[in-house]
Amino acid sequence: MGPLVPYIISEEFGLVIALAIGVAFGFVLEQAGFSTTKKLVGLFYGYDFTVLRVFFTAGVTAMAGVLLLGHFGLLDTSVIYVNPAFINSALIGGAIMGVGFIIGGFCPGTSVCAMAIGKLDALAFVGGSILGVFAFIEGFPLLEKMYHANNLGQIKISEYFGMSDILFGFLLAAVAVAAFIATWYIENRVNKRKNVLEPGMKNKYALAIATLFVVLGIVAFLPGKEDIINMQIAKAKRQQSCVFKEIPADKLADDIVNNFYALNVIDVRPAEAYEEWHLPMAINIPFDQMLERQNKAIFNQKLRTNIFYADDDTLVRMACLKAKFAGDSENMILSESAEEFRKLFFEPEIPEAGSGKQLLNIYNYRTNAARKMLEMEAAMKSRSAPVKREVVTVRGGC
Amino acid sequence: MTKPKPYMNPYLAGFLLGLVLLATIYISGRGLGASGAFKSVVIASVETFAPQHAENTAFYTGFAKDNPGGPWKNFLVFEVIGVIIGGFFSGVIGNRVGLKLEKGPRVTNTLRVVTAILGGALFGFGSQVGRGCTSGAALSGMAVLSLGGILTMAAIFGAAYGLAYFFRKLWLK
Repeated sequence: MGPLVPYIISEEFGLVIALAIGVAFGFVLEQAGFSTTKKLVGLFYGYDFTVLRVFFTAGVTAMAGVLLLGHFGLLDTSVIYVNPAFINSALIGGAIMGVGFIIGGFCPGTSVCAMAIGKLDALAFVGGSILGVFAFIEGFPLLEKMYHANNLGQIKISEYFGMSDILFGFLLAAVAVAAFIATWYIENRVNKRKNVLEPGMKNKYALAIATLFVVLGIVAFLPGKEDIINMQIAKAKRQQSCVFKEIPADKLADDIVNNFYALNVIDVRPAEAYEEWHLPMAINIPFDQMLERQNKAIFNQKLRTNIFYADDDTLVRMACLKAKFAGDSENMILSESAEEFRKLFFEPEIPEAGSGKQLLNIYNYRTNAARKMLEMEAAMKSRSAPVKREVVTVRGGC
Repeated sequence: MTKPKPYMNPYLAGFLLGLVLLATIYISGRGLGASGAFKSVVIASVETFAPQHAENTAFYTGFAKDNPGGPWKNFLVFEVIGVIIGGFFSGVIGNRVGLKLEKGPRVTNTLRVVTAILGGALFGFGSQVGRGCTSGAALSGMAVLSLGGILTMAAIFGAAYGLAYFFRKLWLK
């Protein structure tokens, strides 16, 4: 599941990939004609809308791709970098950039690309940009207040307007297509050309637009990975066809003491309940967070058995099913609830005098196991827990 | 010299650029960018030529703390080096490589260089204020539906369109 950096690809190798991405980026920019100011400023005088076409097509393509990958669980969209919305600095900075654009004729990416093919004006633009960045850094104390003002955080435009991502995706795609058609007419008029497409292109464009809307439609109307898992969970529950491997409390206590390396004891209750009391050595993965990226490794391994427990029977069964459908690992559930386990081992009833030897043995076994489990937990605290991974959020921005 | 080849169909180029951006997001969780590399150049230069100033200024020490690998060990720096390679490669294929000062028909060489530096300075300054440029904020922001990125985009193109009339002598006949 993406993003691949840093769990699957290291930060260092990420830099090599950055170079490769840059090569592709530069190649496409140059092929599109972004290495000449004639094409770039044409946008603002109506004689050449190439920039708008390339830019909008790229934005819509990537957006549709992100929605599609996210929908089928291939990309964890909750951690990808969403530029934060600092309203004041976004508008002021954007306006300054706009002035720079119309005076200088480039933007930073295109100037680097144009410099690469020997454009001297682009070289001057790059030099100027470096001076501008230097001026910003030196003047930062004066700008700091405005820079941090009015922060709405990493918010999406769809969230801001209270609509779903896919609905906004449809709107953006529709606006893009409308803009392509409108600018085509404008461009023809400014350049005194007839409104005629090259032969054969009409069908190609129609196909491209249809594909875009089909992709968006798939995201909107077909069930995604999480929906499918939830449906499967609900179905299996309804049919009661799934046989759960259960482990009784006494056996689990024995395993925790003697075979801890072979199991993950997983508390699927909410974090607060876990904080209050949990089984010795247990880790906490609340039911809702089971599909998150940092937990993926736990549900996809053959080395340790996952043992789930919770306070109610339904939740623990659903967790076990979710693990089964989401990954590939050996999963079991604790027959008792967390509360029952606690009572059995940590508040055992002292057998009355004269009760059978068996009860006394059980009592001794449980108090012993409880002591050992606590000892183990204390001893293991100094080691970092082996399978728990921290959430890494992506940093980005220019 | 042979004639330059025509440019790629803009929609095809846009589609390919979109795939590059999508791959970037899939691999690294972040979008494309350019102006961040300029920041690295500035910071590395100041740290080299005026180390005392860098040690005594909050912005540089803050950057050093956030980037323990130094200003060069940065995603955007490597990406922009790639842009130079990729752009040059494409220029070679399309017969477009060569030293040239491109300018509007009514503009002198000096004026073109001055406006390019001035425009660059404004763009560089603005990109730091707005936390990203056309690629980092506007394009990548659109792909992840970022409110901030889309606002920045609107401001960039709004300002450029609004002022285009006043600067027409720089570009038109």
